[in-house]
Amino acid sequence: MSLLEVSNLHTHFISHDLNNNLRVAKGLNGVTFDVDRGEVVGIVGETGAGKSLTAMSIMGLLQSPARIVEGSVRFDGSELVGLSTDELNRIRGTELTMIVQSPLTSLDPLSRVGKQLVRAQREHRNISQAEAWANGVQTMTTVGIPEPERRMRAWPHELSGGMAQRVLIALALINGPRLIIADEPTTGLDVTVQAQILDLLRDLVRDREMGAMIITHDLGVVAHYCTRICVMFAGSIIETGPVRQVFNDPRHPYTQALISSTPKRIAEKGYGQIGGPPPNLYALPAGCHYRDRCSRAADICHQSPPVQDVGGSQQARCHFATDTKTAAATVHHG
Amino acid sequence: MVEPILRVRNLVKHFPGSQPGETIHAVNDVSFDLLPGETVGLVGESGSGKSTIGRCVLRLYRPTDGSIQFGERDITTISERQMRPLRKDIQIVFQDPYSALNPRMKVGNLIGELVKLHSDLGAAERRETVAALAARVHLNADLLTRFPNELSGGQLQRVCIARALATGPKVIVLDEPTSSLDLSVRAGILELLGELQRDTGVSMLFISHDLETVELVSHRILVLYLGSVVEDGPSKAVFAKPSHPYSQALLSADLPPDPDVVLDRKILQGEVPGPVHLPPGCPFEPRCPLARPDCRQAKPSPAAIGDKHHAACVRVADGTNDISNAEPLGDGNTHKKLQDQLIGRTS
Repeated sequence: MSLLEVSNLHTHFISHDLNNNLRVAKGLNGVTFDVDRGEVVGIVGETGAGKSLTAMSIMGLLQSPARIVEGSVRFDGSELVGLSTDELNRIRGTELTMIVQSPLTSLDPLSRVGKQLVRAQREHRNISQAEAWANGVQTMTTVGIPEPERRMRAWPHELSGGMAQRVLIALALINGPRLIIADEPTTGLDVTVQAQILDLLRDLVRDREMGAMIITHDLGVVAHYCTRICVMFAGSIIETGPVRQVFNDPRHPYTQALISSTPKRIAEKGYGQIGGPPPNLYALPAGCHYRDRCSRAADICHQSPPVQDVGGSQQARCHFATDTKTAAATVHHG
Repeated sequence: MVEPILRVRNLVKHFPGSQPGETIHAVNDVSFDLLPGETVGLVGESGSGKSTIGRCVLRLYRPTDGSIQFGERDITTISERQMRPLRKDIQIVFQDPYSALNPRMKVGNLIGELVKLHSDLGAAERRETVAALAARVHLNADLLTRFPNELSGGQLQRVCIARALATGPKVIVLDEPTSSLDLSVRAGILELLGELQRDTGVSMLFISHDLETVELVSHRILVLYLGSVVEDGPSKAVFAKPSHPYSQALLSADLPPDPDVVLDRKILQGEVPGPVHLPPGCPFEPRCPLARPDCRQAKPSPAAIGDKHHAACVRVADGTNDISNAEPLGDGNTHKKLQDQLIGRTS
C-alpha cells in the first residue's frame, strides 16, 4: 500500500451563467497516481493543466465552485474524499502538510514567526508552550535558519524570501508529517537559494522516510530532485514514470515537445514544435485532449487514448505510446 | 572596428531608501557596450541591478552618475522632451504581458497606437502596417480585433514584441520576456526573437535570471552581483569557464533539465545582502569562500581571463580563483553539522 493513492480523481468547477445555464469546467479528468514513502514525485505541466488543483483536491482545500465529483484520495489507507473539515483537520497540518507558493503572503503578517510555529503545534497536540517553543527553535535550525532564537521573534515582513520559504517549510515539518506537498517551493527564489531549499527537502524525505510531491514547471528541479515524474495536460496525467527513463525516452508527444523545448535541447537540435493554446476546459474535445496541438494526431485520436504500459513502470496516455519506432523518430526531429 | 550603438560608462543609480537618509545602491559603476545586431545578456539574482540598468538605458530612470551614449548622442541627462523622438529607437518588452497592455484596447489598436505616434501614415496604411507587424510576430490576423484577456500569455507577449518593433528600433531591452511563460511557449518566443534579430539587425539587451535562456540567446553576457559587474565576456567563454567565484557558484547552482548531467554544485552560504550598506571593497567578499583580507580594501578591477573576457576578482591574477579548492566556511560547516545531527543523519 502506498502512502498516498489518488485514483480517478475528477474535480469540476460547477457554476451557472447569466441565463442560469449550467457551466462546468473540467479541471481534473481522472487523475491517478501514487506517492510512496521515501519517494519524491514531481508534477509538471503548463499553466492550467491542473497541478495546483490536484494538490488542493488532495488537501481538501477546494472552495466553491470547485468540487470533487468522482474519485478517491487514500492517505495511508484511509479515504480523504468526503471527510468533514474537522476530520480533515486531524490529518492536515500534522501528517499531511503543504508548502505553498509565495512565502511572504502565506505567513500571518500579524504574528511573530515563533508564535506561528507554536500555534501550529498546540492546535494539534497537547504540548506545553515551552516545549513547543523549543521544538520551534530546533525545526528552524533543521531548515537552515541561522540564529533561530532571534528569528523566532521576527515578524514575517522582516524575513527575506528565502528565509520566509524556510519558515514555511519549518511550519510544514513541525508536526512530523508523513507526506509533504510542495507547490512551486522555489519559484521566485534566487538560484543559489533554490539549491539550498531543494537539498533540504530531499534530505528530509530520505532521512525521515516521508513522501513528497513537488509541483513545478521547472524541469531541472524534476530532473535532479525527483524520483518519479507525472506530466499533466488538461487535467490528466498523460505520462508518468521514473525520471531518468521519461527524460531519455518520453512516449507522449506532449512530453516530447516539453523536453525538447528546454534551451539546452534547442541549442543542440534547433527549435521544434511550439506550444499552442491550452484546451478549453469548458468544452473539452472527445478523445485525446492534446489532439489539436499534436504533430502525430490521426483518426484514432478522436477516441480517448488508453493508459499504456511502456515498461519499467512508465505509462503514457497515447495511442502511439508503444509504437517505439515512430515515437523515437519524433524525439530526434522534434 | 564597429561603433557600438549603445555605450554605457560608469553607470551609477541610487534610490532613496525606506528610512530617511538611507540610500539604495542599485547600480554601482557599470560599463558596457552594445554592438549593432548583438544580444548582450544581463544575468544576476534579484537585487543585482539588472532591471535598473535596463531602465536607465531607456531613460525611464535618470542615472545618478556615469554616462549613457546612444549612437552619437549622450542621453544621460537629456530631458523627457528631448528623449521622446529617441523613444522609437530604443524599445522595451516587459516580463508580464498581461499588465503591460491596456486591457480596454483591442490588439490591433495596441499595435497601431505606436505606428500612429511615431509615423504620419494614414489610417489605411496604418492598418496595413499593423497587419504586417502581426504577421512578422506570427500572430494570427483575426486576433487583432480581440481584447488582451482573450489571448494567451504567449500571444500577448507576441503583441508586446510587435509593439516594440512597430517603430523600427535599433535597440530593444527585453526585461525577463519569457519568465512568465510556459516552457513550450517560451521556446516559440525565443525563436521569434532570434529570427527578428537576423532580419532587422536590431540589438538586444536581454535581462533574465534564467541562465540557460541567456546562454541560448546572448552573444555576450554580464554577470551582475549587488549592482556591479563581476564578470563579462562572450557567452560561450563565460559558460565554459566562469572565473569570478560568484559566477562559478551561480552557474553551478543551475539545474539542467537532464537527469544524466552530474551536478557539481558549489553551494554558497547565506543570501545576497541588502543594497543599503554595501560591503566595502568587493561586493561578494562576505559570501566568498575565497575571500582574503585585501578583498575588503578596494573594489577589484576587471582582470583579463581571455579574449574580451574579464572577471573582477583579485585572485584571477595568480590563478587561485577556483572555488572548488576553497575550504568550507568555518561557521557554515558547524551549522551543517548541527543540521545533520538534528535530521538524524550519521556522517
